[in-house]
Amino acid sequence: MKKYVTRSLMGITLGLSTLAMTATSVQAADVPDPLRLGIDMPYAPFGYKLPSGELTGFEIELGNALCKQLATHCQWVEQDFDGIVPGLLARKYDVIMSALTINPERERQVLFSAPYFTPPSGWFVKADSPLAKVTGALDSEALKGKVIGVQRGNLQDHYVTDLYGQVAEVRRYTKLDDLVLDMDSGRVDAAFLDQPVGQDTLVNANDGNFVNTGTAISEPKKYFGDGFGIAMKQRDRALKKSIDSALEQLKADGTLKRLSAKYFAAEKTTTTSQ
Amino acid sequence: MEQLNDVAQSGFIAQLGQMINDVLSQNYIFTATTLWHYWDGLVTTVQLVFLSLIIGLILAVPLAILRGSRRRWIKMPVYLYTYVFRGTPLLIQLYLIYYGVVFFDGFDVSYGLGSVHIPSIQQTWLWDYFRDPFVPAMLAFVLNTAAYTTEIFHGAIQSTPKGEMEAARAYGMSRGKMMRRIIMPSAFRRALPAYGNEVIFMLHASAICSVVTLLDLTGAARDIYARFYAPFEAFLFVAAIYLCLTFTIIAIFRQLEKRLLAHLRPLS
Repeated sequence: MKKYVTRSLMGITLGLSTLAMTATSVQAADVPDPLRLGIDMPYAPFGYKLPSGELTGFEIELGNALCKQLATHCQWVEQDFDGIVPGLLARKYDVIMSALTINPERERQVLFSAPYFTPPSGWFVKADSPLAKVTGALDSEALKGKVIGVQRGNLQDHYVTDLYGQVAEVRRYTKLDDLVLDMDSGRVDAAFLDQPVGQDTLVNANDGNFVNTGTAISEPKKYFGDGFGIAMKQRDRALKKSIDSALEQLKADGTLKRLSAKYFAAEKTTTTSQ
Repeated sequence: MEQLNDVAQSGFIAQLGQMINDVLSQNYIFTATTLWHYWDGLVTTVQLVFLSLIIGLILAVPLAILRGSRRRWIKMPVYLYTYVFRGTPLLIQLYLIYYGVVFFDGFDVSYGLGSVHIPSIQQTWLWDYFRDPFVPAMLAFVLNTAAYTTEIFHGAIQSTPKGEMEAARAYGMSRGKMMRRIIMPSAFRRALPAYGNEVIFMLHASAICSVVTLLDLTGAARDIYARFYAPFEAFLFVAAIYLCLTFTIIAIFRQLEKRLLAHLRPLS
């Protein structure tokens, strides 16, 4: 009997010490290998799949360059946008790189890197819609009784819910594809999206069927925040430092500029470098 | 010893009170706005389930009678319908109806001398109803519940005791009168417990309608989950509401069974 107790105690001690050792070795590196990045797809031109199944897009390429800079490997994990922050908190991945705008509400939950891209948001409608002729901002007068489509849980959702939730009907989609289908069939009158996404997924992909209307919106900061950032868990301060300096290097060596030029028409978007 | 126990107990209660207090003081989720959002969801869920069940029930009664017909060409189509709708997932039926109706563009069919234009749904009056997600979702639910209810009633009709029918025939009742006065009332009574289950299944199945953007209870919970990043609170709250609804349905059916099945209870 005594023998068993001793043996099992030895086993436990041994197990614990191995555990402690692995824990310290991960901490020493402070960038996990592979680095798991959560992303919601498709979200062209930020992240989407080629017909061959290969992942591509602005964020995919930038993320891969970032991993190279950090001397680690990227492992992309797909996750619907409405669950992307809880997924990080549940450790399904190490960071989020999925067009996630830095804003105070999210900063309560996660730690953000420096922003790597700052797009405005824009309205998209069918070319033959009366809303297509609106110049200037789309206001509650124009949107009265209309059906507005957004992706659930993103800043556009929060913005239209708070501003137009009373006068218009807000439909929230888990996937961008479903919103595009319903825009196409005429079930949704107007979609409010990140400008480059609407431009790519609706306007460019459906020759002349959809147009961008009204003025692009990037104020107030309460909703539109400070651009897209890479999000990680609050305690990963060391990881944030590594990612920030890697982003700085990608800015300095022109990678960021080259990728923006590749994926965004210059006159339609504003890339920032602050 | 007893005193010690008391102290431990009061300590536990105080701790519990502290815990509840902590949870409530940190609560920024359940405000008037989000509760209102849940209320909207509750109204949609109840409307959708109630209307689907009523219409499904009205359809199921004649279908169950036809399903029991002796003529093949009458019973086969009904059997095929219930077979298909019970054999495929409700989610797929919902997708097919919601996205399927807009799949066809208008086109022309030519025959001999002329041609006839088949319009797409957007060009017809039907679009007024199918544009919103409510009617497509309700249609899917109606077709699904009608199929199950038909089979429930059919089974109950089949299991009518032979003696009851022989007695009816001995009184010289016609088939129609026998159906109306003897078979249906007794079959419905016997079908009641199974139908109660179907009602509860329907309530739970309605949770999927949020995938076509209908704002039901689950849709409201998803919105709140996405806004506050609080899966636990958002879904636990909505689960509690579903639980209350289910218990209400169970209570109603228990009362109904007590009254309508009184003749089947053993005398004690």
